[in-house]
This record gives sequence, structure tokens and C-alpha cells, in this order.
Amino acid sequence: MSQGPVTSPGPVTSPDPVTSPDPVTSPGTAGHRAVAAVEHAVKGPVFDCRMCGQCVLHSTGMTCPMTCPKTLRNGPCGGVREDGRCEVDPSMRCVWLRAFERSRRLPWRGHFTDLRPPVDNRLAGSSSWINLLTGRDRRTPPGWQP
Amino acid sequence: MRFDELVRSGGPVVTAEFPVVDTDMAALVRHADRLRGWADAVNVTDNTAAHAHASNVAVAVALRGLGLEPIMQVACRDKNRLALQADIVGAALHGVRAVCCLTGDDVTAGDEPQARRVFDLDGPQLIRVACALAEGRYLSGRAIDPAPELLVGAVENPGAPPYSHRVDRAAKKIRAGARFLQLQICYHPDRLAAFMAGAARAGLTSRAAFLPTICLVKGAGGLRFMNEKVPGISVPAETIDRVEKAADPSRAAYELALAQAGHALSLPGVRGLHLVDFRGGDAVPRLLSDLRISRRLTA
Ligand code: SF4
Repeated sequence: MSQGPVTSPGPVTSPDPVTSPDPVTSPGTAGHRAVAAVEHAVKGPVFDCRMCGQCVLHSTGMTCPMTCPKTLRNGPCGGVREDGRCEVDPSMRCVWLRAFERSRRLPWRGHFTDLRPPVDNRLAGSSSWINLLTGRDRRTPPGWQP
Repeated sequence: MRFDELVRSGGPVVTAEFPVVDTDMAALVRHADRLRGWADAVNVTDNTAAHAHASNVAVAVALRGLGLEPIMQVACRDKNRLALQADIVGAALHGVRAVCCLTGDDVTAGDEPQARRVFDLDGPQLIRVACALAEGRYLSGRAIDPAPELLVGAVENPGAPPYSHRVDRAAKKIRAGARFLQLQICYHPDRLAAFMAGAARAGLTSRAAFLPTICLVKGAGGLRFMNEKVPGISVPAETIDRVEKAADPSRAAYELALAQAGHALSLPGVRGLHLVDFRGGDAVPRLLSDLRISRRLTA
């Protein structure tokens, strides 16, 4: 039986524009890594920041969604326990319950219900501060139209 | 009527949970024959409760072949975005039109808690991605021609904290593109009533079909199991007690489900029910007849 022709993967959409090889703004460069280290030193102790590189703390009641065991960006899941503890880790309070309560005290609470796009896993470990300045954190795949 | 047309038509809807199957095709056919008589569509679970079973795609395709309308559940726990899209598109190739997007229980709820959890997408994101497929493109933007005909739905749990946020969460799912919402079984009628009132007030019930779940259990044991083992479900001790101490616990369990169903259907904006039957026999036809829901299926 013939194997058939090797099929092409179909039309390829234009790849992400290559981030400028700037010594500070490009992830992976020494400058970027230095800023990321500072960012982690600041946000780690305060927010338990996991350095996803695309910070949404402002719309999640200053509560890092990456500390949710399911890493939900649009939580809370349906498994929150009756007493508010997490379905996965009963030793902690549901991260999203805390986010919900805190967001209500913020003047920009309306953003809590925003549909946040899927995580770009390539940005893990990079500085969300730089990615915010360059707009890299807001770049979503072309098929994502919220 | 096709399930997608029924949902869009605004008419009453009854869906059912298809029992899990592994390799017994004869059992699958038996369950299908039983459900064919009264369910407009049947939910095919995706490794439900984080236990591996025959895949959602395989079972949904089999049911399609048997003339039923499968609602293929797709959970974010086990697969990344490539695999989830491939499953939805692959099932659509076989005529599976309805998909129900879930975040999913954690792996720790199942019998393989050592597994790596995925959650590359979350429930609302998966809804949006499934809608993108229906609009003729993958998440990458690459075109799908022809676009799959899909009806995208989701679940919501009106009985889990934070209660006052659950309507907003339903709204987010509807904004993302969900056209039906199957609600987790809720043993607190006040929570379900408050949720539906909020959903109706927010104008959500005209945009999506809200289907509260009713579970038919055999007795207090089933209620206790759900309370202790199923994430996000709480059954008040008085409810369990009432069934357990009744002269006929099986009958009391049936009556509890009947009362829940009657209450759910009385709420504004409820389009129908999603039934999960652990009793077997004639429990569901009896429930539907006691509720005076006539079935005119044209599958
Ligand atoms: S209960 Fe809360 S913290 Fe735990 S997995 Fe669900 S959303 Fe995340």
C-alpha cells in the first residue's frame, strides 16, 4: 500500500514577529534576565509570583492565578469546597475566592470578569514588566478573538 | 429535531449523562437503547472524576452511529490545546456537533493522582477556542474548511463558593460563546434559585439554555458519596438524614429528586433538565411522567 504523499501541515500563519534583539527587552538576554530577577525579588514575597511573564494581577484582585493548582486564569473552578478551601489542596483557601474578595475592594473591579487569553508558555520566567512595555504580553494567537 | 436546532429553538430540553463504558460494546448499545426513548442528547464524559475510560471521542462517535445526539464533554485536565482542538475537530468529522467544555476535576480526585495535570487552557478559554473552530479557524488562526458545525456549551456550579460570583462566571462563559449551560447538581435549592434569578436578571437565560442537573440515586449512600467524594458538591446532613431515616429510603431518594426537579423547573429561565441516573430501571421515565414532561423525540 502506498504511503501517499507527504502532506503539508497546511497554510502557516505568519509566525510571531521576532522580538527585537534588544539587550534588555528580548527574553533570554542578560539584561532581560537581570530585570526578571529584580521583578521576582519584588513580586515573589508579596504576591507569591510564579513569573508567567504576562501579569494579570491588576484584574485578579492582586492575587496570582498561577498559584491556583490548576493555574486557571478565569477561575474559580467548580470544585471550591463549602468552607472556601481549595479542591486540590485543602490546606489552602481557594486562590480565586481570595481574588474575588480582594477585587471587590479595588476601584477597577470591573476587570475581574474579563476573559483572559490562554497563557503563552514561551514567556515563563521572563519579566512581565518588560513584556508589558513592549506589548509582548498582549500578543495572542490570531485565532483568539475574545 | 437536531439537538443544536432544539437548543436554538427555545423549546424544552432534556439531556442525560451516558454511563461510563470501557470495552463492552454490547453494554454501550444497551444504554443507548434505554436513553434513546427520552433524552434529546446524551453527555459523553471525558475521563470523568479523573478516572481513565474509553475516550470521549470514541464513545461520542459510536453513539452518533447509533442515531443518538452525543454532547461530547471536553475537559482541560488531561490534554493541551493541540489535543483538545484535535479531539473536537476529529469528532466533528464523524458528525458530533455538540461539545460541552469543562475545566475538569483535578487528577487528585481520581485513581491516578500521580498523573501530571495539564490545564493548558481553562474552561472559558476552551469555550472560546471551540467557537473559533466553529468559525472556521484553529487557535493559531489556520483556516478549517469547511468549518465544523458545532454547538458549544459548558457547565457551571451554582452551589460552590463564591455564590455571588457564579452568575458572572456563567456570563463570562456565555460571552465566550456557550449556548447551553448544564448546571452541577445542587442540593441547596436556595442557591440554585438565587443563581437562576441572577441569570434571568442579567439577561443570560435568553442567550443560553440553562439545564440544572438532577441525580437519581438509590438511597442515602449515593448522597453521602457525592457529599464526600465529588468536588464542589455538598449535600446537607438533614437531606441525607431524611432519606436514610425514611421508612422506604429508596422511595425517599426518588421523591427528593422529583422535588428538586419540580423546583428547578419552576425557576425563571430554566429550559429543561440534565439527568444522571444511578437507579436504572424505569426511574427516569417515571420521573418525566411525574413531572408531566412529554417526550416527542425525532432523533
Ligand atoms: S478550588 Fe480555587 S484554587 Fe483550588 S483549583 Fe479550584 S479555582 Fe484553583
